[in-house]
Amino acid sequence: MLDFPRWKKLWLWGLVLFVSVASLPTIVSLSGGQWPASLPSPKVNLGLDLAGGSQILLEADPHQIVTQKLETMEESVRTKLRQASPAVRIGDISTKDDKLSFMVSSPADVDRARELLTPLINGAGLTRDWTLSVVDETRIVLTPTPESLAKGLDQAMDSAKDVIDRRINAIGTLEPTIIRQDTDRIVVQAPGQQNPEALKKLIGQTAKLEFKLVDMNALPSDVAAGKAPPGSEILPYASSSRFAGQSIAVRRLGGIKGDNLTNAQQGFDQQTNEPVVNITFDQQGADKFARLTTENVNKPFAIILDGKVLSAPNINEPIRGGQAQIAGGFTVDSANELAIALRSGALPVDLKVIEQRTVNPELGKDSIRSGLIALGVGTGLILLFMLVTYGRFGFYADGALVLNVLMILGVMAVLNATLTLPGLAGFVLTIGAAVDANVLINERIREERRRGRRVLQAVETGYKEASRAIYDANITNVIAATLLFLFGQGPVKGFAVVLVIGVITSVFTAVTITRMWVAGWLRRHRPSEIHI
Amino acid sequence: MKLLKLVPDNTNIGFLQWRLPFYIVSLLLISGSWALVLTNGLNLGVDFVGGQMIRVTFVGQPEVPVAKMRKEISALGYGDPIIQSYGGSNQAAIRVKLPAGSEQKPDLANTMTSKIVDTLKADHPKIRIDGIDSVSGKVSSELFSKGLMALGFAMVAISIYIWIRFEWQFGVGALFALFHDTSLTLGFFALTQLEFDLNIVAAILTIIGYSLNDTIVVYDRIRENLKKYRKMPLPELLDLSVNETLARTVMTSLTLLIALIPLLIFGPASLFGLAAAITLGIFIGTYSSIYMAAPILIWMGVKSDSFVPTETREDRQERLAREGGARP
Repeated sequence: MLDFPRWKKLWLWGLVLFVSVASLPTIVSLSGGQWPASLPSPKVNLGLDLAGGSQILLEADPHQIVTQKLETMEESVRTKLRQASPAVRIGDISTKDDKLSFMVSSPADVDRARELLTPLINGAGLTRDWTLSVVDETRIVLTPTPESLAKGLDQAMDSAKDVIDRRINAIGTLEPTIIRQDTDRIVVQAPGQQNPEALKKLIGQTAKLEFKLVDMNALPSDVAAGKAPPGSEILPYASSSRFAGQSIAVRRLGGIKGDNLTNAQQGFDQQTNEPVVNITFDQQGADKFARLTTENVNKPFAIILDGKVLSAPNINEPIRGGQAQIAGGFTVDSANELAIALRSGALPVDLKVIEQRTVNPELGKDSIRSGLIALGVGTGLILLFMLVTYGRFGFYADGALVLNVLMILGVMAVLNATLTLPGLAGFVLTIGAAVDANVLINERIREERRRGRRVLQAVETGYKEASRAIYDANITNVIAATLLFLFGQGPVKGFAVVLVIGVITSVFTAVTITRMWVAGWLRRHRPSEIHI
Repeated sequence: MKLLKLVPDNTNIGFLQWRLPFYIVSLLLISGSWALVLTNGLNLGVDFVGGQMIRVTFVGQPEVPVAKMRKEISALGYGDPIIQSYGGSNQAAIRVKLPAGSEQKPDLANTMTSKIVDTLKADHPKIRIDGIDSVSGKVSSELFSKGLMALGFAMVAISIYIWIRFEWQFGVGALFALFHDTSLTLGFFALTQLEFDLNIVAAILTIIGYSLNDTIVVYDRIRENLKKYRKMPLPELLDLSVNETLARTVMTSLTLLIALIPLLIFGPASLFGLAAAITLGIFIGTYSSIYMAAPILIWMGVKSDSFVPTETREDRQERLAREGGARP
């Protein structure tokens, strides 16, 4: 036990020194000081509950992916079969029950249709995106495979994350964290942002812009009753519009989507001077737009945002050059918001806020201060308590405890871990529990001395016999903390992180480091009596 | 300098003679706790039932206008808010639960929050919003099931570990002690109606962890003594083990309390529940390691040779050679 080779000592001191130094930037910044920017500064991140800020959890509706896939497929199928020669005539198309089904005129056409559709139903590589089946001899049913839906959702979530990133960057000043979670969720954390409403407004808008032709043949009575003529759908007017509360019938297919935008800016209408959004299409979009407007001069088309009609102006002349103006009862602010949303792209799926947590930075500061006071008072009392109970050995335990605090901070800083409010509690608790190992060892030494063992033997037995219980007890703690980390959420995860790190560093400091100190002292002084 | 000794040397307290009455009391407490949980219910926070909790401070005002605020929020039609004091006298936490059957409306919680915050800000210009938690029904039920899973898995995983390191009887004993601690803590929350949220699940897992610390220290000593005193009757041996580790048990519980009491007094208000739960857990945990985890070993039939390794022939020869050498 007295045998501590020099290399081992150097290694232990090196490790202690390294993590202690790593804790300095955190200590300086927690106590309100300024760490020099020229020095490297691994720092413990403060969770939103301590730093203040907002966090929102968004969830996509996976079913939307199915609807979108079916819609795209319907258009592709129609085009493909119409362009074949001779064309395959189809009818009775339905997209109910998450599948696309249609009839062909004769069983003979089924095989030809199957052949024509093969390129559409195969995905990349050997995968198949759709399954094709034939019922009642002439009805073809296309069902998207679960794999292709999962892939679709995954891609949609990835690009949704990018879109959110661009939108938040557009307003600057924030340093957000945007993380995908599970399969259909995204967490947005914005430290310092106190107004979750602004954040939600910015992110919550899908900004899916569409231009569709108005169905002039629809009977007003049918539209009012919500009954759509074949090939059309009934859409409500936006609440900002002049016709808010009314609905309009538009052609379901053949419109233009806002995917091909290159720019969107808030501006003013030259005649009415009301705020509008000016948009610019890329070449492909401009071509489509020119074609649609040329073919439909003097007919109205609807400008649709997120499924609501902003306005339905008449096409007075073909619009070439890819420039258009969106009006619809905007204010300057709302036009600006829409411009940002359009510029950063539409969200591929609607995202709903399912959880939101906001903490005022003032409250966060109060929490840190009161947490640190509790930590300081608790640590001070424990240091004193150990000293009066175990004398010199208590002094070693105290040294280990101080090192332990520095080490937890240092390890967290190196791992770039986050300190949350419950984490602060975990910290305080770890301090209380950290001396347990030394209590076990010291009590055992007392016991062995009482049984009449000599000093050296008593200390040695104390360390050896106590270690077994220390390891067993701490491993169970690690098990509990690991499960807390796996199943916990947000701040609770932070609590678990501190607990795990604290358990490991406290065993290290309380067992290994104090043994080194005790061994050094025993070797130098060879006492025949110890005060414990 | 004279050193402090809280527990005198060589205590010989007959802990185990009271095992039967204490067991009866504990079983009654456990059933009582569950009865309370089932009848009174836990005061589940927004983490677990959904809805929102908004923490506000009325800057420069001595008190929270509770009645006025309650009326304003009730008028929004989401049901009556629960207004609790929080921190200072001008601070309050306002909770509104999600109406029943709102699992299908993921953004309802969000809309509710916006409306309530807007109303509060409009009617009270001096209000400061300190924090908002808004949780939809879907997330809250997930959090609840995950919290329960964490508790369940932790108990089982820990018992398996103890079974491997000790003997199966010890694993069962530890599991029973854990069940005891968890039940009583839940009973405490059902009785006091303190808010039960994610933090409390963390607290219970921590209690489990530290109650086990105690249990394992006692078990470790039992294991050691079983090897040492092969002829000693088990109840006597358990008493000896508990007495031998008593000083440590008292010391450690004390240091934990020394750390926790400042947290209760000075710590942030939102950690009060967590700190209270752990403080309570220290008492329950210490008690259960002595009175629940140890006596059960008697009834489960732990034998004195449970931990004696079977000696191979080589070992025996080596031992005999060693003993022979030591005694000339």
